[in-house]
Amino acid sequence: MMHPVALSLCMAALLTALLAPPAAAQVPDEVLKAEAQRIEMLKKAGAATVAIFGKGGQGGGSGVCISPDGYVLSNFHVTSASPHLKVGMTDGNLYDAVMVGLDPTGDVALIKLLGRDDFPHAPLGNSDEVRVGDGCYAIGNPFLLATDFQPTVTYGIVSGIHRYQYPAGTLLEYADCIQADAAINPGNSGGPLFNERGEVIGINGRGSFEKRGRVNVGVGYAISINQIKNFMGYLKSGRIVDHATVGAQVATSDDGRVLVTNILESSDAYRRGLRYGDEIESFGGRRIRTTNALKNVLGTFPKGWRVPLAFRHDGKLYETYVRLDGVHREGELAAMVAGSGRQQRNPRQQPRPGDDPNPRPMPRPEQPKDDDEDKDNEKELPPGHPPVNAAQQKLPEIVEKVYEAREGFANYYFNRINQERIWDKLISHGDFTGLQGAWTIKAEAAGGLESTFELSDALVVATLPGGKVEMPIDSKNPSLGTNLDPLGSGGLFASLHLWRRFLTGGINNFGNLYYLGTVPVPGQDELYDCLVGVYGGVECRLLFEPELGRLAVLEMFPAGNVDPCELHFLEYQEKDGRMVPARIEVRHGDAVFQVYKVNEITLSKAAE
Amino acid sequence: MNPRTDTEYTAGSRDHGSRPRPAALVGLIAAAGAWLALGVTPAAANDLPKLIESLQPKMVKIYGAGGFQGLEAYQSGFLISGEGHILTIWSYVLDTSYITVHLDNGTRLKAELVGADPRLEVAVLKVEGQGLDHFDLGQVVEAEPGTQVLALSNLYGVATGDESASVQHGVISVKTRLEARRGVFETPYRGPVYVIDAVTNNPGAGGGALVNRRGQLLGMLGKELRNSRDNTWLNYAVPISELEQTVTDIIDGKFVPTEQADPRPKAEQPHDLGRLGIVMVPDVLARTPPFIDEVRKGSPADEAGIRPDDLVLFVNDERLIQSCKALKEELSYIDRDDPIKLTIIRGQELLEFTLEPR
Repeated sequence: MMHPVALSLCMAALLTALLAPPAAAQVPDEVLKAEAQRIEMLKKAGAATVAIFGKGGQGGGSGVCISPDGYVLSNFHVTSASPHLKVGMTDGNLYDAVMVGLDPTGDVALIKLLGRDDFPHAPLGNSDEVRVGDGCYAIGNPFLLATDFQPTVTYGIVSGIHRYQYPAGTLLEYADCIQADAAINPGNSGGPLFNERGEVIGINGRGSFEKRGRVNVGVGYAISINQIKNFMGYLKSGRIVDHATVGAQVATSDDGRVLVTNILESSDAYRRGLRYGDEIESFGGRRIRTTNALKNVLGTFPKGWRVPLAFRHDGKLYETYVRLDGVHREGELAAMVAGSGRQQRNPRQQPRPGDDPNPRPMPRPEQPKDDDEDKDNEKELPPGHPPVNAAQQKLPEIVEKVYEAREGFANYYFNRINQERIWDKLISHGDFTGLQGAWTIKAEAAGGLESTFELSDALVVATLPGGKVEMPIDSKNPSLGTNLDPLGSGGLFASLHLWRRFLTGGINNFGNLYYLGTVPVPGQDELYDCLVGVYGGVECRLLFEPELGRLAVLEMFPAGNVDPCELHFLEYQEKDGRMVPARIEVRHGDAVFQVYKVNEITLSKAAE
Repeated sequence: MNPRTDTEYTAGSRDHGSRPRPAALVGLIAAAGAWLALGVTPAAANDLPKLIESLQPKMVKIYGAGGFQGLEAYQSGFLISGEGHILTIWSYVLDTSYITVHLDNGTRLKAELVGADPRLEVAVLKVEGQGLDHFDLGQVVEAEPGTQVLALSNLYGVATGDESASVQHGVISVKTRLEARRGVFETPYRGPVYVIDAVTNNPGAGGGALVNRRGQLLGMLGKELRNSRDNTWLNYAVPISELEQTVTDIIDGKFVPTEQADPRPKAEQPHDLGRLGIVMVPDVLARTPPFIDEVRKGSPADEAGIRPDDLVLFVNDERLIQSCKALKEELSYIDRDDPIKLTIIRGQELLEFTLEPR
């Protein structure tokens, strides 16, 4: 005997089953709302996603626009070093784009769309917050289907985080990447991986394609957006940028500690005290428990960054900052990039540079390291046609205006405009050009002791508590690295000379000068713009405050493998309409050499 | 054990602990359909990272033999007891005395092979441990087609040390028998499988866990299976209910590898291969696979139907034979007056023969 309520419920169920149209009438509002939000989010995300086409519409991949002025992220293996690319957007337009910067090791390319200042763009997320199981969307141009520029959306979940994928040769290393099961196929390369809020959390670049043919097998890898954020300033510099090494090898011990098994005595890590057998505690702010964890963190940093390191030596914990060296030798990357265009054409016929003839020792098994070569669709030219050389092709006018070829640069134009940007900002706080006469600085060191520095083109004269010291400078054949006086400063006199030289001469008269990108400064949260200049046999790094643009730090490296002399301009004061330093801290190695309080500063014009 | 049928109707409910009342079901039936179409239920999506976090400590990474031409030296597994029993697939990876297991927290342990049943392609390993997080085989549920599932495995060996297993999402497409595809898929397993709509069965994924969106164990991911007719690949898991009895037997001491210390007394007058009419392949390796080279005409082996190239798997059902040496050793425990049952693999077929003594 059925209870009447139960019976009526059954009737209701039956009626529902019979009468309910397949439409959404029964779906809770909450679900419909979530669906509508998702459709809206994907519309926006799709509008920022671009289809990138190779020359003559052959080959290509995906990308994502990240700013209204048209900066687009993609993979290096999609764009190669082409100065000019054609990019399709969902508005149906095919835009011209210019190469900006390349990170061949990290497989990242930054290009810029031309012709508008209001491009639809996607916000960047925080990939450190991504969790396994989070929903994600890969949007892009798989199998180059987007002939109408409408991208394909695939849904998945995050399958793994902090994944390390071995490089193919010395390039295309995927460190700290996001693994997702959203279908990622050839052509998706360079396209964005979105979280459920429509923020870019990664750039899809790689899949595990093995015996099943070159299609998705539920394992795709995206370069984490936080790594790309670290590199963003470098990429915008128009350079071909390098990844970093710490100059030490490590191994995971049986009890789960990461120990130094080899260290270069020329490395900054060695100068900071790291030795064979020391235990790495944390690096780049992340706790290190495995070799892979260290490789992961290291892979997210560009060459030349200063990164926090904590290590244990003889049981005692040391916390310091280490300067990271490059993975590649000078010019090596540029040469690889120049050769890359051809190298990747026929990947099936020839072993890839990363193919290891010997099986990897246990327990690290052979990695699924196939990157997708999105140039597969590239057709051979008909017989009799001479091969097309991209560099020889005439660029469209709109591209030519923003492209400057130069050795070692993806596009020097962007380096130059960044130098100009920094300079313009700097002189808004005071223009020192024309003040080529003697500069006199009266300063008070710790304990109230007075020092006076007189700077001119050919001479530094310092009146210190211990007496008067002179450092003559042969302007025809300057050699600043040979005099590192005063003792213990690492080259204070030479650094002051370079400071005056930069301020009075500007970006065009300093020597060989370029924009490095943005770098961290110990103790500061934000990244600083960095110019690198070479003059008088030394390398000089100039760091500028974010937003304000004042000169914050000058570092003078007298040689390759020694600690620089660092001038930290801690406070500024106004003097004759110009902001001049009020307090200068001089550091060398791990020590503060001196802190000078500037009491009086006299800047004179060039003698007639 | 009384397996409970688990449907996904409650997946949309925020209270995962309680079963829906009939009244709630009416609305949910329709809603569930819509949510399935969307691919994910809003509530489950919110909980997914948390759920996965709770499952990861049960997963292990297994390293063993292989590492050359197309043979990965790793596979997946999961803990099924607090004392360190691990369920995984039986494969060449385990055919070594050096099996290493990485727990989710990065602990590296040496594992011993407790036992295996190649007929079900299942093996149980054991590592030292106490109070380890594990799946309870007694709590297994059955699943229907349409059930949303997660597959946890170390596919492609992506993770090592303290890196967690990979997680994929999908839906059970159908529950069917592999038997129907005899001669197509190269596997001795003939029982029911869950076919999954996601590409879960990749290199190294075998031995992974298939769970529903509540984290309940449904099955163990199988090997990579290629359909030799159309070159497509099957993504499947073996329901735990198919394995449970065998796993219990293995843990209780059945299906043990012959190499383990054997307390049985030797037979005074044991069998030997010559008397049975069997010639094995030359024993040239530390572990020469027990392939039969020749069968003497008119011998007990011949009369039973044994043929050259047969691979011996078991003697008398329970003793797992991994080498020519092990086969000889095993025969030394059996009196020559007793019949012998041999389980062999011939091509892709699993056959059993009883050899009558003379």
